Amino acid sequence: MKPGAGSLRALLAGDRQADRVVPPSGFTAQLTLFAAGAMAFLAVFALALSLAAGRLAERWGSELARTATVRIVAPLDQRAAQTEAALRILETTRGVATARALTDAEQQALLAPWFGPDLALDALPVPRLIEVIEDSDGMDAAGLRLRLAAEVPGAVLDDHGRWREPLVQAASRLRLIGWVSIALIAAAVAAMITLAAQAALAANAQVIAVLRLVGATDDYIAQAFVRRFTLRALSGAAAGTVVGLIAVVLLPSASETGGFLTGLGFRGLHWLLPFLIPLLAGGVAFAATRAAARRTLRGLS
Amino acid sequence: MIELENVAYSYGGGELLSDITLKLAPGSFHFLTGPSGAGKTTLMKLCYGALLPTAGHVRLFGADVRGLGRDDIAMVRRRVGVVHQDVQFLDHLDLSENVNLPLTVSGRSADAAGGDLAELMSWVGLTNRANALPPELSGGERQRAALARAVIMSPDVVLADEPTGNIDWDMSQRLLRLLIELNKMGKTVLIATHDLSLIRATKAHVQARVLRIANRRVQLAGADL
Repeated sequence: MKPGAGSLRALLAGDRQADRVVPPSGFTAQLTLFAAGAMAFLAVFALALSLAAGRLAERWGSELARTATVRIVAPLDQRAAQTEAALRILETTRGVATARALTDAEQQALLAPWFGPDLALDALPVPRLIEVIEDSDGMDAAGLRLRLAAEVPGAVLDDHGRWREPLVQAASRLRLIGWVSIALIAAAVAAMITLAAQAALAANAQVIAVLRLVGATDDYIAQAFVRRFTLRALSGAAAGTVVGLIAVVLLPSASETGGFLTGLGFRGLHWLLPFLIPLLAGGVAFAATRAAARRTLRGLS
Repeated sequence: MIELENVAYSYGGGELLSDITLKLAPGSFHFLTGPSGAGKTTLMKLCYGALLPTAGHVRLFGADVRGLGRDDIAMVRRRVGVVHQDVQFLDHLDLSENVNLPLTVSGRSADAAGGDLAELMSWVGLTNRANALPPELSGGERQRAALARAVIMSPDVVLADEPTGNIDWDMSQRLLRLLIELNKMGKTVLIATHDLSLIRATKAHVQARVLRIANRRVQLAGADL
């Protein structure tokens, strides 16, 4: 029983006579179809989760990686002068593409969720914010901090790394969980198909004994079982994948306010990825049944 | 063709067969007799690689059975037709498909062998039962079908283990005539039986060597049979 293109070709081509020698099996067929279908359905969601988490990590990473904020925390009478000084330093800093102080209106809008729209900025010691956008080379944050500390005592540089990294890390872990889920689903499919194949082999012990007696090779006997279970897993997983994709399509569409959950789905070419799930299930079933058949047949005379 | 040299076989701590030397030459006819439990079936199984000897050598068509892989054993079984007392069929296939099974598993198409199959079914008198399922067959029909299945590959050797155990005298004689006919075609035949009357009835038609298993050993039976 050597694996290879020959056995795959034989599997796909089939042999009507060989298929007939193993009697149709009721519950193992239904079990395999159901297990493959259910697992494929779950795999579609795990894949969607993983891809959505990947997109999120990428978005957070790229959106925040090239920006920084300078806060000018100074008495009201020095705030404008220190802001000007900080902007001058930023203009001459290598790696800074643009730097601009936020207007009062922009700062008010940022604070509106907590203080309401009528906040008087002059009445509160609110720091002035400078938005810094880096160019593709990036800036030397440590060097800039030193310069600001020396020349603008009220300036604090925040390169967003403090809160960007945990977010990106969380999104990356979510993506990893998605892939681990897919691997676990594949392992569960393998386990269930192994059990079903072993049950089918045990139920057909007499058939196998007759086939051995009349000169059937292990390859021949195994192929009848392998082909059957592979095709069942393939068709069950195809059905589960289609149902899973329909469910994903029916999810609420992504929106600004919806956040992460409404972004769960596929974009562009990623819609093709779920169609690999039935192939994966078929491959898993092929390997699992083959291993089970090998073990069982090796124990027979 | 099939040779056993100083073969012993032990099972469950006890020795069932000991120091067996036996040669089945091409075209020969043998009876193997002995009481129930003497080891006739075990000896038969050693002759087609279903069991491995615990000592000595079994050579199947020149090759030591211990050196044969599982696929090699399968090839040997295509050259050795086996008929068991409790013959087993695939109950979901009809009789003609069951008889044709050795051809099916060896990759020879049923169509190509169609003529052979029809001829064979006629030879064993089962033409009109070709579409019956195994559970619908009588004991005699099952034995004849088993013989047809055993010889469809035109094997060099036919091993029959108590082939007449479950059938009446007339049917036994009919089956025996078929086995004698096979021998006259040049096939080597070994029949295990405890039915001495069967052996006596055969002696007039074919030159048969009668072997008896006694005290774990095989010996040539005397003229008392």
